[in-house]
Amino acid sequence: MASLTLYPDEEQLTGGERVTFDLYMITAVILFVLLMLVGLTMRMTQAKWLPVPAGLFYELLSLHGMGMVGTMSLATTGVMWFFLRRYVRLHLWAFAANYLLFLLGLLCVVLSIFAGGYGALWTFLYPLPVRGMGLWTPDTAALFMLGGLLIGTGSLLFYLDAAAGIIAVHGNLGRALGLPWLLGGRIDPDHPKAVVASTLVIIANSLGILAGAVVLVMSLINVFYPQVTLDALVAKNLIYWFGHMYINATIYMGVIAVYELLPRYTGKPYPISRPFLWSWAASTLFVIVVFPHHLLMDFAQPRWLSTVGQVVSWSAGFPVFLVTAYGGLVNLHRSAIRWTMPSRLLVLSLFGWAAGIVPAILDGTIRNNLVMHNTQWVPGHFHFYLLIGVLAMVLALLFHVIGSRGQAAPDSRADRLGFPVYLVGGLAFALAFLGGGRASVPRRMAEHLEEWTFTDKIGSIAALLVVLAMVSFAIRITVGLWRASPSRDAGAGTTDAAG
Amino acid sequence: MILQDVVWTLALVGIGLVALVFAAVVLQAGRPAEEAAARRFAARARRLQAGLFAVLLAGFVAGSWATLHRFPIPPQHGTVAARQVVEAIGRQWSWQITPATVESGSVVEFRVTAADVNHGFALYAPGGRIVTQTQAMPGYTNRLLHTFDEPGTYTIQCLEYCGIGHGPMKATLQVVAPASE
Ligand SMILES: [Cu+2]
Repeated sequence: MASLTLYPDEEQLTGGERVTFDLYMITAVILFVLLMLVGLTMRMTQAKWLPVPAGLFYELLSLHGMGMVGTMSLATTGVMWFFLRRYVRLHLWAFAANYLLFLLGLLCVVLSIFAGGYGALWTFLYPLPVRGMGLWTPDTAALFMLGGLLIGTGSLLFYLDAAAGIIAVHGNLGRALGLPWLLGGRIDPDHPKAVVASTLVIIANSLGILAGAVVLVMSLINVFYPQVTLDALVAKNLIYWFGHMYINATIYMGVIAVYELLPRYTGKPYPISRPFLWSWAASTLFVIVVFPHHLLMDFAQPRWLSTVGQVVSWSAGFPVFLVTAYGGLVNLHRSAIRWTMPSRLLVLSLFGWAAGIVPAILDGTIRNNLVMHNTQWVPGHFHFYLLIGVLAMVLALLFHVIGSRGQAAPDSRADRLGFPVYLVGGLAFALAFLGGGRASVPRRMAEHLEEWTFTDKIGSIAALLVVLAMVSFAIRITVGLWRASPSRDAGAGTTDAAG
Repeated sequence: MILQDVVWTLALVGIGLVALVFAAVVLQAGRPAEEAAARRFAARARRLQAGLFAVLLAGFVAGSWATLHRFPIPPQHGTVAARQVVEAIGRQWSWQITPATVESGSVVEFRVTAADVNHGFALYAPGGRIVTQTQAMPGYTNRLLHTFDEPGTYTIQCLEYCGIGHGPMKATLQVVAPASE
């Protein structure tokens, strides 16, 4: 059972750990701000408030998509590392190598886009990357794919190290997930939720990254030997298997912050339970097989695969509602919580995840997908749980960490103002996308019709609010991580949870 | 009510319910319960969780049956009895639609494919809402069935990003009243 001490001594970062963690998180918050500005630019283009030409728009879209997925993964890998290292031995070099490979990959992506004009999006759907029609060359596409390969390799390296650490303590991944306790037996109350969640991520995302590596290498071969052609449907399956798992893994890494931190702020124990273990075991399976819901409009796909896509999309909501959001609310109910930035963000993140599931489930229904697929409904649902859910989980940990270094939970006036701006802006932003989906506004389109611009304008204003709040958070976090003197870290563990 | 409005309403209701539950709990937080009350609450929370599971499970079974028992995607092999057949080929960046005129009131079979990269074949009604869609993928032909209730000028819009000319990649389909009635 996680301790209720707010800042336990064994969680303090030392020397290289601290440098690496700070680099991860400062890089991530700066990238979030920059990529949000890219997003704002695109929304304002669609609202006809900015005259961005189509070619540049699709370059920005490629950057925003790839950049956000990569940055979200970087930040939540930081969350997973921060907590998992307390329970198993992790090697700092693997954590640092992931950071370096991410930067290298990002450099390839940025170069391919701004020097080479790449604009075939993060999805690099075969055979679009080699058919830029003069806007970018196949070599440029290859550079972009190499960037993706580097980012994925970094993650895989970190997961392999984490897997080795977990296996050294728990024997095997099945026991780490708690499978032996599913049907009976006394559950070890000290079995860490962080280990359970990390194990799901390691199993699922390693498979996803391997699928991604296969399709990236196949696509790279096709770039250099065009006579080797691929099957477009097989390539699409592999790309979405990889892409869906990779972004889903960020939720499962991020939620570790909720499990670990929420009980410390509520002052109430959050024990591990059989429903919890069932839910994570089921999620491990669900997250691996849920991706066909991206191909519901590919009628050539076997019928059973589409059916799996819908059925699993629906059932994947069970663990979220029943265990994570519900468990979090039970922990919060009649607790002695003090509302500070970390605790506010933790509760917000649970809401963002649980509420964001609703439009996701609706779109994962074949019948609805027939009119919602590739409309703005899709960015609506994933911005909902990435922005209000996963990013809030990351921010909660960061405010917690700067609090631990300053020995007080941070709750400045700027934060108290930033939080509602972020909440209102984020909600309006996601709803504007969903409203666009309702009005059949396409996603991924530079030129919008006049009648589509209403939701675009609301989305733009909301995006501006989100950016403003995020800028203020990013400054607070960067300065907080930077300035806190290491000497003040010592003895912070004595601070009491409810104090 | 058209499907988009149903989905929108369901989403708002669902998000609203989640928000209400969160708001209720947040209002209770910060006022810690006595130990005995906390124990009673813990027991009640477990029963509530079981109830929630049952409700979700029932909704899941009923919803799956309702949305899947008549499978929403037409069979892709064998013959269908569509009197009208339209061939639709997407290429960077235009549609080739043959014929470009169909009659309302009877089923139309669209045979949708792509000559180069992936495209999306979406049919927009005159009012601006999508009525149905499928993907246009090179190497595959997707068979989409649709019966138009209303005559009018429908727009075919590419919905799968396919390069710089993706946005303007559209075509029109004339739906006319059946001649022999
Ligand atoms: Cu297109």
